[in-house]
Amino acid sequence: MKKMVGLALLGALAAGCASEEEPADKAGEQSRQVVVFAAASLQESFEAIGTEVEADHPELLVTFSFGGSSALAPQIVSGAPADVFAAASPATMQQVVDKDAAAGEPVLFARNRLQIAVPPDNPADVDSLDDLADPDLKLARCAAEVPCGDAAERALAAASVEVEADTLEEDVKGVLSKVELGEVDAGLVYRTDVQAANGKVKGIDFPESGKAVNDYLIAPIADAPEPDGAAIFVEFVRSERGRKILSDAGFDVP
Amino acid sequence: MPASTSPDHRLVAARARPPLPLLVPGLLALGFLVLPLLGLALRAPWRRLPDLLTSAQVLDALRLSLMCALLATLLSLLLGVPLAWLLARTDFPGRRIVRALVTVPLVLPPVVGGVALLMLLGRRGVVGQYLDAWFGLSLPFTTAAVVLAEAFVAMPFLVIAVEGALQATDSRYETAAATLGASRWMVFWRVTLPMAAPGVVAGSVLCFARALGEFGATITFAGSFPGVTRTMPIEVYLRLQSDPDTAIVLSLLLLAVSVLVLAMLRDRWTRSGLT
Amino acid sequence: MTAGLTARMRVRRGGFDLDLDVAVAPHQVVALLGPNGAGKSTALQALAGLVPLTDGAVAVGDRRFEDTAGRLRVPAERRGVGMVFQDYLLFPHLTARDNVAFGLRARGVARRTAHAKADAWLERVGLIAYARSRPGALSGGQAQRVALARALVVEPDLLLLDEPLAALDAGTRIEVRAELRHHLADFAGCTVLVTHDPLDAMVLADRIVVVEHGRAVQSGAPSEVARSPRTDYVARLVGLNLLRGKAKGHGVALECGGSFVTRDTVDGSAFVAFSPTAVALHRSRPDGSARNVWHGRVVGLEQHADTVRVQVDGPPPVLADVTTAAVAELDLTPGAPVWVAVKATEVSCYPA
Repeated sequence: MKKMVGLALLGALAAGCASEEEPADKAGEQSRQVVVFAAASLQESFEAIGTEVEADHPELLVTFSFGGSSALAPQIVSGAPADVFAAASPATMQQVVDKDAAAGEPVLFARNRLQIAVPPDNPADVDSLDDLADPDLKLARCAAEVPCGDAAERALAAASVEVEADTLEEDVKGVLSKVELGEVDAGLVYRTDVQAANGKVKGIDFPESGKAVNDYLIAPIADAPEPDGAAIFVEFVRSERGRKILSDAGFDVP
Repeated sequence: MPASTSPDHRLVAARARPPLPLLVPGLLALGFLVLPLLGLALRAPWRRLPDLLTSAQVLDALRLSLMCALLATLLSLLLGVPLAWLLARTDFPGRRIVRALVTVPLVLPPVVGGVALLMLLGRRGVVGQYLDAWFGLSLPFTTAAVVLAEAFVAMPFLVIAVEGALQATDSRYETAAATLGASRWMVFWRVTLPMAAPGVVAGSVLCFARALGEFGATITFAGSFPGVTRTMPIEVYLRLQSDPDTAIVLSLLLLAVSVLVLAMLRDRWTRSGLT
Repeated sequence: MTAGLTARMRVRRGGFDLDLDVAVAPHQVVALLGPNGAGKSTALQALAGLVPLTDGAVAVGDRRFEDTAGRLRVPAERRGVGMVFQDYLLFPHLTARDNVAFGLRARGVARRTAHAKADAWLERVGLIAYARSRPGALSGGQAQRVALARALVVEPDLLLLDEPLAALDAGTRIEVRAELRHHLADFAGCTVLVTHDPLDAMVLADRIVVVEHGRAVQSGAPSEVARSPRTDYVARLVGLNLLRGKAKGHGVALECGGSFVTRDTVDGSAFVAFSPTAVALHRSRPDGSARNVWHGRVVGLEQHADTVRVQVDGPPPVLADVTTAAVAELDLTPGAPVWVAVKATEVSCYPA
């Protein structure tokens, strides 16, 4: 027992060291740090963009804080040292704009739409939103209180399909993991999540997803410690290369 | 068992002034543990409280939470007490390893516990796939899954408390019962268990409290559906993202229920003392 | 076939080795008397089935409890023996009545009948008023009586008493001992009593087996053991001086040096025993009739009730009980030289 606790502690320490070492080294080279607060669904694409930006601008060091948009917005308003904010919904971006914390008008840079995620072998043979109405089918989706659940309700309403989900998850990753584990036959998730799952789930498009699209907005922050870096990052996101990365991750880019 | 403190002891303790290196951190710890709860109470929307408390969803979650925690405690008693007895009263190879294994859920992140339960009892789990194929039985997303998840996380508290109580009771009473002709089962039921009763009660309280607060294993193994699997802690977490006021009210309610249960059982527990 | 207990017990546990034969007739009380750690309690536990025999057999009448040769071993709960423990081990969560009724309930007797029988026994030991009391509310003597009632209510063939009076204070002890004697007289089965108190053994037992280092070193009727101790331990217990030597006629050549004249005639290895009160001490060599006179040195003094026990180095070394006045008169202090005299008529001699 003692031994096991010891091991767990050791592991935690090792993990802590590993994650802190890298930025510390780079900071030693006197680089300028651009801090980007971004919605969790942007993690994979933004990290790829960050690497490219650092390659183009060796003097810059891009660091991220990923999280739920609705959690990040209040942090920025209460003075978190952010240079850029990328939100998964206009409503959360509006919280920042309302408090005059955004430098300039936020711009739409990506859209995310829902997909039906099924296990790779698609055991329940799902290929449209209608199939989800089968009462024997195990279905997971987000609770209506969170954005992905709100989007799911809008899409189902648009298709006039009545479904009874078996679980209403707190976030989209909860839905995705239940599909990955095969505990449910289908789940409603973002297309980017299917993409990020790397083949562990299969995505099925449905026409009504166009009725429930999430708009992603990005804006530099008013009191940014590194306004130039912020501008460079935002510009890259909207550039041809940035759009390519986002679209590869499953986003619709305007 | 807490023997009544003699007045002399109390006098001595009161007269001795505690040293500052103990007093200051001790008070800090007290503040650290109590002040957040105070903050919760201060921030609560007291005016909306009656409406929020009587909403169907809150009552559903409360009823479900209490029922599941109770069932999880019963399940833990039914299985955990015999396990504690085996650990305390029998000698078998690898007993120390078994004891260590029992405590693993205590240090395991509950989410990992939930994943582990899925791996075993999920629809594609090692055992679950057969339950599904042979009996059409699927545990995840059912109230039974909530009970299992809570029992998985909470049972070790009970096992450890009861094992401690059994170790502390004099096994010679069991010897005496045997010479009087009692079978081993009767010895357990009429002598061992009653003598370890305070430990069993204490363990049950811990177990119930832990089950009531269970979140990670439940959401992972049982999901979240109002009235079926969405217990209070899950409701709190969900509401925090959309309706913080309700989340605060729910937290207060959970806190009140926990304090009430602890107070009730603690009272009975001290009164049930032997002699 | 008699219904008595016959036991041949060999128990090896760690460095300890018990090798003891015990036979008890019905209605008879045998005391295992010995110092702490002699193995008496282990023997009792072996009889109860709480400790397995390494080798041997235990039977009461034709009921065989254990036989290592036949690979037979009846577990404790099916031997039907009654046992009273040194600290009684009354179940603290049960009333006195439920404690007494426990053995009957374990045998499947209906609650009502069991309670009636329990009450009858509580009546018999004078504790019916305490039927509803928990053991915590009973005095030591009361708890002992409840424990006895609990053991006897099932009418066992074999009653085992493990230091039944050791936990009592001196006053209660006399009273409870007398009562216990009374109950044992009524008891039809065999009784084995384990004690380190010679008085318990003398008062309660029909026969005493002295156990030392896991072996029986002496056995016999209490008076016989008291009169003719065969080991220093027993001699000390019964308060006698014990010497060992080679006897021829009335004379004994002692092993530790010196010789003794006794009233008995024995030939060969023999014990010489006499009471400390039979020993007289003098400043100078006495002229009297005493046949055994030698010179020694005072080693220690110990105040007893109204006498002083003087330890004298020999050879042979002896204990002498003298009055306080004599101590002052003779100026007995450790190291003081002294003459010792013992009359031949006060000395008993018996074959070793």
